[in-house]
Amino acid sequence: MTEIFGVPVVVILGQLMLGLVNGAFYAMLSLGLAVIFGLMGVVNFAHGAFYALGSFAALLGLQLLGINYWAGLVLAPLIVALLGMAIERLLLRHLYRVDPLYGLLLTFGVALIIEGTLQQLFGSSGQSYPVPAALAGAVNLGFMILPKYRAWVIAASITVCFSTWFLIERTRLGATLRAARENGPLLQAFGVNVPVLLTLTYGGGVALAALAGVLAAPVILVTPQMGSSLVTVVFAVVVIGGMGSILGAIVSGLGLGIIEGFTKVIYPEASNIVVYVIMALVLILRPAGLFGRE
Amino acid sequence: MNISKIALGVAMVLAMVAGPRAVMAADPDVVIGDIDDFSGTYADVQGQGGVEAMKMAIADFGGTVLGRKITMLTTDHQNKPDIGASKFREWADQHGLNMLIGGSNSGVSIAMSKVAAVKKIPFFAIGAAGSSLTNEDCTAYTVHYVYDTTALANGTATTMVKNGGKTWFYLTADYAFGTQLQNAASKVVEANGGKNIGAVRVPLAASDFSSFLLQAQGSGASVLGLANAGGDMSNSLKAAIEFGITKTMKPAALLAFITNINSLGLETAQGLYLTTGFYWDLNEDTRAFAKRYFAKMNAEPSMDQAGAYSATLTYLKAVKAAGTTDPDKVMAELKKTKVNDMFAKGGTIRADGVMVHDMYVMQVKSPKESKYPWDYYKVIKVMNGEEAFGPITGLCSLAPK
Repeated sequence: MTEIFGVPVVVILGQLMLGLVNGAFYAMLSLGLAVIFGLMGVVNFAHGAFYALGSFAALLGLQLLGINYWAGLVLAPLIVALLGMAIERLLLRHLYRVDPLYGLLLTFGVALIIEGTLQQLFGSSGQSYPVPAALAGAVNLGFMILPKYRAWVIAASITVCFSTWFLIERTRLGATLRAARENGPLLQAFGVNVPVLLTLTYGGGVALAALAGVLAAPVILVTPQMGSSLVTVVFAVVVIGGMGSILGAIVSGLGLGIIEGFTKVIYPEASNIVVYVIMALVLILRPAGLFGRE
Repeated sequence: MNISKIALGVAMVLAMVAGPRAVMAADPDVVIGDIDDFSGTYADVQGQGGVEAMKMAIADFGGTVLGRKITMLTTDHQNKPDIGASKFREWADQHGLNMLIGGSNSGVSIAMSKVAAVKKIPFFAIGAAGSSLTNEDCTAYTVHYVYDTTALANGTATTMVKNGGKTWFYLTADYAFGTQLQNAASKVVEANGGKNIGAVRVPLAASDFSSFLLQAQGSGASVLGLANAGGDMSNSLKAAIEFGITKTMKPAALLAFITNINSLGLETAQGLYLTTGFYWDLNEDTRAFAKRYFAKMNAEPSMDQAGAYSATLTYLKAVKAAGTTDPDKVMAELKKTKVNDMFAKGGTIRADGVMVHDMYVMQVKSPKESKYPWDYYKVIKVMNGEEAFGPITGLCSLAPK
């Protein structure tokens, strides 16, 4: 058996694949955060709660209305995004003029309220969302058994991530969004409705979180706390990628998933802190993040 | 600004003066406390359901003991030992607490048992698993009531090894509870002629278990020992099935509650072996209790919820028999009387604090075998108390070998 540094290549390939799956979730979540921070300057601590809401929306849709996975994949993010936009309109909007710290506190409070409400309604032990029939089963890649659903998660996430990047960095709409951040009043003078633009941006970021939630639902138990354990890691990912950098969020999300995967083999106990160690190193050596603009 | 500060100071002083006086009034209430996880991962295992069960016990007892009203205090420890311990101390000092029920989380319960020893207040550990509560950390006022890591290992690990699961690899939650559970299981596996191949320590509440599971599979062991609990146990089992690990390895849940099985669904959980101190569908008595409980909580009681009921009742009976709430007299009464109710038959509270009673090794039914809602377990084996909890270890200074 071929080995690299004493670890069989087969094992390395397997862990690479699993790391990519987890990285796909990190990338989607950190992308949403980066969009919201990059285009609005809001540190959205409610991101994990929106992720959990996405899962619950899909689960309830299935249980109560018989909405299947594929429809849920579209509907759940839409519904959660509407809620997000309502929060932006009613609450967040009033804080744009003050220090970003206030937005952070507000969204943190919103997260606590959402998670508390979910807990009150559904309890803490969680529920299972079945894997859709079309993606049940697994394929043998030779070096590992990969469940089809996990392969779908990678494909879906990468597609969504790069579409979002293209939309923001390469289209006219994206240019307008970035202009709103750069100089809102001037853009307003050109006849663009900036407040609506911001509401839609927040909705878009929230929809990304909810979409990740729907994708995660068949893989892990749907619980009110599912987002709170993930959100801190994802914030670290965003800091590593460079606050507000879209490409940075995607690349560091996938990359850190892989690094974390290898840590799980080499020194499992450290797998939950490796991301923070890297974050500390990046902050020392390159404070703006790997892809951040100084 | 200043005046309100002064007013606040005055109010605080008054509260301090008035607090103890209220307690010292004639015929004070008998106060029973419950400190548990009401908002975190373990909130469904005991939590609000445990409170309901305790209320049922108080009502069944008649609401009074020795002519004194029985009242309850509850609070959320948020899985933080310092919060649990300081709340316990506060209740003891200011609210005339007579007995405390402790919920999930071994770390919090160990911290609270230290307070029980200092304040001399009977403490019933219900949801905590760590057997150190009756060994290194034992106190004269601690009763470990429902189950412990020793009993879990004696039940599940013995059964698995005897059924041919000779080689074990563990997925261990990386904190006190996980290591205690793994150690207990390892000993049992070896004692029965099995072999421990390895273990991977998994950080608590990991978001993905697949990587650890592939390591388990790579070990070539035949049993996957899940030395974790709650959401971690559920998520690792889910992933094990998804990645086809269960085709080559048999999963053994070293701690699973009926709430976990309900979350996972029988399709995923079927065939799983586990050990429990109570099952709602065991006999007429348990079913009668479960029916009343279900009417309040819309769920069947877990072993911890049933245990909280039984512990409350056991304490009140002891107070009545002793004719006093004096902690030492009540503890003496508890240790000489057998526990006989719907939860335990002929249970005894040992010198080290273990409540020795029957434990059940269960296997989760397949969806086909399950005939009605919550029909989840079939009894594989009933272990008597001695077999489940083992002999006195001698690690507790109150109970020499």
